[in-house]
Amino acid sequence: MLDARSLFPGLPAGPGVGYKPQHFPAIMDDPRPVEWLEIHAENYMGDGGRPLAQLRHLAERFAISVHGVGLSIGGEGRLDRDHLARLRHLCDWLQPASFSEHLAWSTHDSHFLNDLLPLPYTEATLTRVADHVDELQEAIGRRMLLENPSSYLTFDESTMSETEFLTDIARRTGCGLLLDVNNVFVSATNLNLDPRAYIDAFPLSHVGEIHLGGHDEDHDDHGAPLLIDSHGRAVADPVWALLDYTLAHAGARPLLIEWDSDVPEWPILAAEAQRAANALQQVPA
Amino acid sequence: MSPTQTLFHDALLDGNAPVPDGLSDGQGRAAGRRFDVYRNNVAVSLTEALEVGFPAIRSLIGPENFKKISGLFLRQKPPSTPMIMQYGTEFPAFLEQFAPLLHLRYLGDVARLEQAQREAYHAADRAPVEAGEIERLSPDLMAQARLELAPALRVLRSPWPVHGIWRYACQDGAPKPAAVAEDVVITRPEFDPVIKVLPPGGAVFLNALRDAHNLTEAAEAALGEAPGFDLAEILGLLLAGQAITAVISPKEQST
Amino acid sequence: MSNTMKTVAIAGAMTAALTAYTNPAAAQDAKEKCYGVSLAGENDCKAGAGTTCAGSSTVDYQGNAWTLVEEGTCADIDLPEMADGSERSGSLEPLDRDLPS
Repeated sequence: MLDARSLFPGLPAGPGVGYKPQHFPAIMDDPRPVEWLEIHAENYMGDGGRPLAQLRHLAERFAISVHGVGLSIGGEGRLDRDHLARLRHLCDWLQPASFSEHLAWSTHDSHFLNDLLPLPYTEATLTRVADHVDELQEAIGRRMLLENPSSYLTFDESTMSETEFLTDIARRTGCGLLLDVNNVFVSATNLNLDPRAYIDAFPLSHVGEIHLGGHDEDHDDHGAPLLIDSHGRAVADPVWALLDYTLAHAGARPLLIEWDSDVPEWPILAAEAQRAANALQQVPA
Repeated sequence: MSPTQTLFHDALLDGNAPVPDGLSDGQGRAAGRRFDVYRNNVAVSLTEALEVGFPAIRSLIGPENFKKISGLFLRQKPPSTPMIMQYGTEFPAFLEQFAPLLHLRYLGDVARLEQAQREAYHAADRAPVEAGEIERLSPDLMAQARLELAPALRVLRSPWPVHGIWRYACQDGAPKPAAVAEDVVITRPEFDPVIKVLPPGGAVFLNALRDAHNLTEAAEAALGEAPGFDLAEILGLLLAGQAITAVISPKEQST
Repeated sequence: MSNTMKTVAIAGAMTAALTAYTNPAAAQDAKEKCYGVSLAGENDCKAGAGTTCAGSSTVDYQGNAWTLVEEGTCADIDLPEMADGSERSGSLEPLDRDLPS
């Protein structure tokens, strides 16, 4: 089995958090137990000002993961050349420890829809996504991690499972994978699948980073549970349990807490990161 | 049959459209309101982006109206780039053409001011010129010098009291706007944009400088519009706003 | 005004402006300037706030009938003396208008 730590040398296999500007003073003062930070690439594509100044300061002290949310890797159209150039520019000056993007689409006919939209898992999609991952890795001159989505529905035309799809993308492109354990739990609940079976089928040796976030609960037309990947609260207990299961099989990995709406004060986020640190300490070396 | 991304996109932006065929809940039942999760994500996230970007407009027309108008705007003019920080360049013109708001004709300029403020926030950094750089010039060279202005500088000319309306909408206890036309300048000393009303002739002066006219030419243009133009006042405003990034004297221009 | 007088006036204005201006303390910690508010919407990868209602209520946005509720600070703004003769003030009276579709 490949050693993920040698594959993805940049990020420490400890707790990180999604960076929010309101936490800058707290992080500069005392970041413990957070060891690294993740930023959304698109928020640092301005020409200057405070966002870039903050990022320069943070990068002096922390390993930074750049997480793209806008490239539309699953889009039917060509990748946006201008956006590829912006990603390249960011990676060139920042030299981040890791770069990741999503298995999703968000742009159509030059309309950016600001959401991670779902894909059918077919041979045609596989070819397209693999081509786009190749193009992105070429543009930024480094390997990337591709993240599994939260799903609310399925496509009748799909001919393979999500884990088969991601396994094949990693094999064809050499990219790594970002395993979002909350997304696994959300998708499995929404589509009536077994989340542990998903982890069992996932190519864990390719995982360079793990995400955890909070979800909201809703219901579909038939009263079945419909979980929403809101990132607006603490990580749910069954997701922590699924994380333990994942770490027991995968070993320690860089572990990120995402909290994007109703963002709490720093101590609450740091406490979530501490819980992630505790989970990592349970993992046999 | 496969729902293409064109169909998916169109149904996302039209709540009256049927959910595309070929989508299910994983157990053979039609996706139904599961598709609405995506519709909701698009509408809510873009509405939030407009709320953050245009707080004065939101205050002026009220949060409920703003939400409804955002819903219409985001469907007609979705973002054209993945950078949400830039979303809304077409919002001012949209507000000016929106029939139920035609009687509030100042909204477009207030929205332009908010968009310009956001542009200034993200504009490129440029160190201000040192005072000594200016002081070493002789009066002759000074009069013929060009001023290079900071990338963050923005000038907005309006037939409305755009600054007064903006301040009334955004600041508790601000006075009601008076019925005067206002030109506005945005500077960005350090990282926080500062919005100020320009004195008479100020906008003409700044636009002339940006068109590469020298100080004498720019001051004459300003005096042509406003006989009371006060050069020292506007230069003080630029210095305080760290908006002068270089003084280019004729000698340097010729080399 | 002669060219000489212009030159003197411009140099004088600059001198006056410089006199009033003091350079910001260069010693200020650069990090201090980074502490401050963020002024823009951001990209993120969250899903909308917990319900499916806002997206599906688009029926309100797509129809022809538009009703604005009476709210907002614009109701207090009265600019009767502006020059171009248009109607300038006014609250958002409940309006029900047909929009071109």
